[in-house]
Amino acid sequence: MTLRDALQRIAPHLRDEICVHSNGHLSRAAFGLRDSDTSFYMIGSMGLASSIGLGIALGRPDRRVIVFDGDGNVLMNLGTLATIAAVAPPNLLHLCFDNSAHASTGSQPTISDRVALDAMAGAAGYRWTGRVESPEALDEALPGFLARSGPAFLLVRIALGPPGAPGPRIPWTPTEMTARLRRALGSE
Amino acid sequence: MGRGDALSVPLPAAPFVDRLLAAGFDFFTGVPCSLVAPVIAELERRGRYLGETREDAALGVAAGAYLAGRLPVVIMQNSGLGVSLNALGSLHLLYELPALLVITWRGFEGRDAPEHLVMGQVLPRVLDLFGIPHRAPDAAAVLADLEWAADTLRATRKPVALIVKPGLFAEHH
Repeated sequence: MTLRDALQRIAPHLRDEICVHSNGHLSRAAFGLRDSDTSFYMIGSMGLASSIGLGIALGRPDRRVIVFDGDGNVLMNLGTLATIAAVAPPNLLHLCFDNSAHASTGSQPTISDRVALDAMAGAAGYRWTGRVESPEALDEALPGFLARSGPAFLLVRIALGPPGAPGPRIPWTPTEMTARLRRALGSE
Repeated sequence: MGRGDALSVPLPAAPFVDRLLAAGFDFFTGVPCSLVAPVIAELERRGRYLGETREDAALGVAAGAYLAGRLPVVIMQNSGLGVSLNALGSLHLLYELPALLVITWRGFEGRDAPEHLVMGQVLPRVLDLFGIPHRAPDAAAVLADLEWAADTLRATRKPVALIVKPGLFAEHH
């Protein structure tokens, strides 16, 4: 199961959640499969998708927020795992697509093959954590996960995809992304 | 008004926080510094402060809060500005996500512990390089400069910094 395979299985389950995507391949793959006015693509500031998701979840407790993260991003900002667990927003779900590699920069290995990120989220105090390693297990876990009270963390083990980017570059400018999400949330 | 005035007449935290709220700021996060201890204590007392683990993570939370319709304040020591530069450059300035940065000035005029001296010397220039408007008011000017900061960040949709010199607020020892 590649990143694209996993995202393809998740997309049909999504409704009006606010989806915050981490930078690199993850944003591009997700955008290529499904876009919505409540999708936010973080093109820089690696590591901070979880922090942005936390801020949105706290600012809009009436809306569900899903962070689409990668192992490199989670490892870069482990502190926010702790903050999310401590603040415990019930409307925040955290997906981590884990290929144990920095796929966007040439697939240099990360250490997530030896450091279980779902166990770290659990140790921090997420209300629920889980791990799936096959497409079937992902299909089975998804409805329950998406209905959970957060903070919940689902690690999706994926394999490296074929060489090259898994989706198009995001056509929106960053300021357009800000404006459309704020409009969609009635923030403007 | 000179520095001596700021040093001798610290500003109470409560009216400062009141003015932040009156100016529309409604989301407060950051990492502490002794120079703003009373401000954080006042925000904590009102149940309005989210302590983050790192300054760039606090900026990320603030970015999310703004997207969700809030107007955020991020409190940090100037050492944390170093940690924050990529978030400011590739998130806030790029996406036009305003935030009031309350940045303390450790190493002010070279009188501080050695770890603060380099950032203390370059703090205003770092903000200038990143195009972040900033003021470093004395106690008498701080409330007026807060209004300036609120107006400026609303107009530019970018972060604006209020620099807190030593002695501006009563310090925690």
